[in-house]
This record gives sequence, C-alpha cells and structure tokens, in this order.
Amino acid sequence: MTAPSAVGISRTTRPLPPPRRTRRGSRLRYTLTVLAFLLPSALPLLAFTIYPMIGAFWTSLHSWNLIGVMEWVGLENYATLLTDDATRRVFANTLYYVVGYLPLVYIGGLALALALNSLIPARNLLRGIYFLPVVTSWIVVALVWRWLLNPSVGVVNAMLGGLGIDGPGWWTDPYWAMPSIILASAWKDLGFVMIILLAGLQAIPTDVQEAAMIDGAGRFRRLLNITLPLLSPSTFFVVVISLINGFQVFDQVYAMTGGGPAGSSTVVVQQIYDLTFRYSSAGEASALSWLLFLLVLAVTVIQLIGQRRWVTYA
Amino acid sequence: MPERIRRILLTAVVALGALVMFFPFAWTVSTSLSSGAGLDATPQLIPDDPTLAAYRELFANTPFARVIANSLGLAITTTTLQLVTSSLAGYAFSRLAFPGRGVVFGLYLATMMIPIQVLIVPLFVQMRSLGLVDTYLGVLLPGVASAFGVFLLRQAMNSVPRELDEAATIDGAGHFRIFARLILPLVGPALASLAVFAFMSSWNGFLWPLIILRSEHLQTLPLALAGLQGQYTTQWDVMMAGSVVSVLPMLALYLFAQKYVIQGVAGTGLK
Repeated sequence: MTAPSAVGISRTTRPLPPPRRTRRGSRLRYTLTVLAFLLPSALPLLAFTIYPMIGAFWTSLHSWNLIGVMEWVGLENYATLLTDDATRRVFANTLYYVVGYLPLVYIGGLALALALNSLIPARNLLRGIYFLPVVTSWIVVALVWRWLLNPSVGVVNAMLGGLGIDGPGWWTDPYWAMPSIILASAWKDLGFVMIILLAGLQAIPTDVQEAAMIDGAGRFRRLLNITLPLLSPSTFFVVVISLINGFQVFDQVYAMTGGGPAGSSTVVVQQIYDLTFRYSSAGEASALSWLLFLLVLAVTVIQLIGQRRWVTYA
Repeated sequence: MPERIRRILLTAVVALGALVMFFPFAWTVSTSLSSGAGLDATPQLIPDDPTLAAYRELFANTPFARVIANSLGLAITTTTLQLVTSSLAGYAFSRLAFPGRGVVFGLYLATMMIPIQVLIVPLFVQMRSLGLVDTYLGVLLPGVASAFGVFLLRQAMNSVPRELDEAATIDGAGHFRIFARLILPLVGPALASLAVFAFMSSWNGFLWPLIILRSEHLQTLPLALAGLQGQYTTQWDVMMAGSVVSVLPMLALYLFAQKYVIQGVAGTGLK
C-alpha cells in the first residue's frame, strides 16, 4: 500500500485556546498535560526515525562492516558510489521503473475515475473491485504475477499462444524483467490513483461544467480545458506520491525477480539491502541511502516549486 | 451518440476492465484448488476436480498456522498502539497551546518523508545493541507511532467545534476527560480509517521484518510467503494457497471498512 502523505494540505486557521489558568502550580500541571499527550508519539518518532536518520548520515562517513570498529573515511563512500558502475545501473533500473510505471497508473487511473464518476450502474461494486489489489501485500502480488507470467506454464503466455503470439520469458528474460514488475505494480496501484482522482473530480463544482456546456464546449474540450486543469491538485498529489514511492520500490522486485536476471531489475533499495547484509558494507549502504533520500527530496522540492506553473487551485 | 447507448458502452468497458482486474484473484483461487498445478501445461480456470490438498500441505508441512498468529498479533498490537499514540498527539496539536507547536508539528510531517530504507542500517544496529534482533519487540517498536496517524486525527479533531469542549470545560472537565469522553467518540470514522491503514501496513510489511526476524517460528506472513518460493519452486498450488490465506483477513477487513479506507485515501489527496 502506498503511504498517504500530507503534501499540499493547508493548515488550520482557528485560534489557539489560551491556557486556562496561569498560577504557577497550574502551569506546571498544564505542561505535564501537554507532555502526556505528546510524548507517547514524540519519543518513538525521535528514537526510531529522527535519531537513526542522523545515525545513517554518521555511518555513511565511515568504513564499517557492522561488527568491527568504525573507521572515519569522510566522503569517500559517496565518491566510491558515484563512480561505480553498479550504482549507475541500480539508479538507471529504478528510473526505468518510475518512468514506465507512472504514465501507466496515471492514464489508467484517470480513465477509470472519469468513467466511474459518471452515473453508471454498480459503480460502487466496480470501484471496490478496482481498489481490491491496493489492500493486497506486495509479496502476494509478486507471487501471483510470477505465476500468471510464468514463461512456460503461465496463463498469460497460454492466452498469447492462443492468439498465435509467442509470449516472452517475462521475469526470466533480462529484457522483460522490469516490464513484468511494472505491470504487476500498475495492477496493484491503479485503484489507489483512481480513488484520489475520483475524489478530485467530485470536488469540481458542477456549475463550471454546465456553463461550458451552455457555451457549446464538447466533451473533449471540457475535459481538456476544464476538468484536467481543475483536477491538477489531485494530479500533483498522485505524481508526488508515486515518485516518492517509485524511487523506493523493493518488495515486489525482491519477490518477483530477486533483482535478476543478471542484475537487470536490481533497484536502489535492493542494492542498499545487499550492501548491508551481503557485503557487510554498512558505510556504503548508508551513503547510498542518503543519496536516494536526497534524490527523492530534490525531486519532491522541484515539483513543489514547479507546481505553480501548472497546478490550479479552484 | 445518444446518452443511453454511450452509458451502456461505458459500463460494458469498465465492467470488462474489472473482470481483467479481478482475474488474477480468480486465477489464484483456482490454482490453489487444483492439485499439483504447474506440472501440467494446460491452465484451466475451473479445475477438473477441485481439492483442498494444497491447503492441507501448507498447514501440515510449513508452520503456517503459527505464522498467521504471529502476523495477527503484531498487526493488532501495532494498530492499538498507533491509535493511542496518534489520537493523543492529534489532541495536543488540535486543542493544546504550547510554545513551538507549529515547528514540532512540522517535524512530525517531515518524518513522513523519510523512507525506511534510509533507516535500515542504523535501526538494525540500534535494535542489535538493545538486544532486540529476532524479537517481536524489535519488529514492533518503529511502528509504535505514526506521523500520518497524528496528521489524520488532528485534521479530524480540528473539525469538531470548539464550543463543545468549551462547554465541557465550564462544566469542570479536564483535558483527559474531554479527550476520552467527548472528542474520541466524535472522530470514530478517522480512527477506523487509521486502524485499517495501520493494520494493513503491519500485515503487509516486508522489508523491516525481513531484516529483524531470523527464527522460522517468529516469521510473519509475507516472509513465510517469500520463503515458500524457495521451498516450493514448482508447486504453484501451495504457493497460491498461501497467497489466498494471506489475503483473506485483509479482504474481510477491507469489505467491513471499505467506506473508511476509501475516505481515508481520498481525503489525503484533497486540498
């Protein structure tokens, strides 16, 4: 499941309630009250997110095999990674995934949202079916698609065979491994994108559409000049979330191809995992983690800046 | 094209798409019911003589029952803890004034941007020094609090009119009473939505349990499923049976709380 996020959500403008009393004892009591409400979540987040985040950076500046003494190497890990062919390959593979996956889920999700936004029968049931894969785990999705796309006995190739097409080796073929993963991922996430866009569509005031209709704008023209611009905040959200999650792709790759064949589908996170637990190179793994984080951050910030050009808030 | 025909065509296309979407599930169930699937080369949607042999095999020869109990226990604990910690913090950000509130809330939101991958090395080292590698506590701790949950509940609590707690304050109620008796019951849908998300991410979680758990008897469902692959390379019926078993509880939960899940997802994309 894609983790929802808070990009672009406005803050409350309500005034704060003032502390009720200001006598010294009461103020202490009030402070304790605030802490009692806040600490149960603040402490775990501090201990298990913020602290390790800093720890990862510290580790990335060392050479370390997870057991012995940490040896300070400065930015050497970063330098090694940036000149390494393996790094280039895992980033290229991850980019391939993102570039293949995003248009697929967005266009599919948009078509579905538009269709299910009109008054067709059983639309709640249909919506439910399209959303079903979203709640399924990546491991199940990967297993099921491995089975569907099995090169020799899979049902997809059997169907293709029925049409006289000789199906490819899918996940056993270096050329088709990543497309197989993209296909399975798009199947899983389509419903998520659909729901976000559907919510966006339903927030568009009907009078705008009606006015355009009176002015004689056809269906296609209304889609292009009214619906899509007014849907841009939802589109923006989908793109931001999909990119953040896309760059972190791992579970389905691990279970579907294990990164193979011949490294053709090894992604960045798999490399982080391998560097840590297979090659005991915790420093390099941490440096790669930070490179990934910085990349995701940069892409997100660029989008936040770029949104002014194309995102219209009604 | 007349509106009615257009609508019929549209429905047909979307329904056909739904069939295609649903097909992998149907195929999974079908495979799990056909004994020795994968050995013969002619796939059939309705097996000749359906059998539960794959399920028997699964529960007899792998610790699958134990694995389900593990996953269930972890998911229920995580969900409960997240509901408690998130609703408390949500109340603090919605109703309590304290210095630096905006900055602290900003920090909470920022943690949502941090991918777990960045944390795996230090988090693993941290758990190792706490002696928590290969324990449930080690799996559990990073999921005790959720910035997303705090955010979701703060939004919900902000929409509860303040006049209500002012009235309660005048009646002499303190913050804990207002929180427990007044606000919590009013944000039920948001709590339900968070519960489903928390359960789902724990139930489906893979990378972190993969790193922290070693012993077979502690394994969670996704780990066991990934492990089946090595064990049953050609016995797709057993693997599909495992998939069906792992999807069913999530499916039940989803059908039960569909409204809240969809609201929760949809709500995050708005404004």
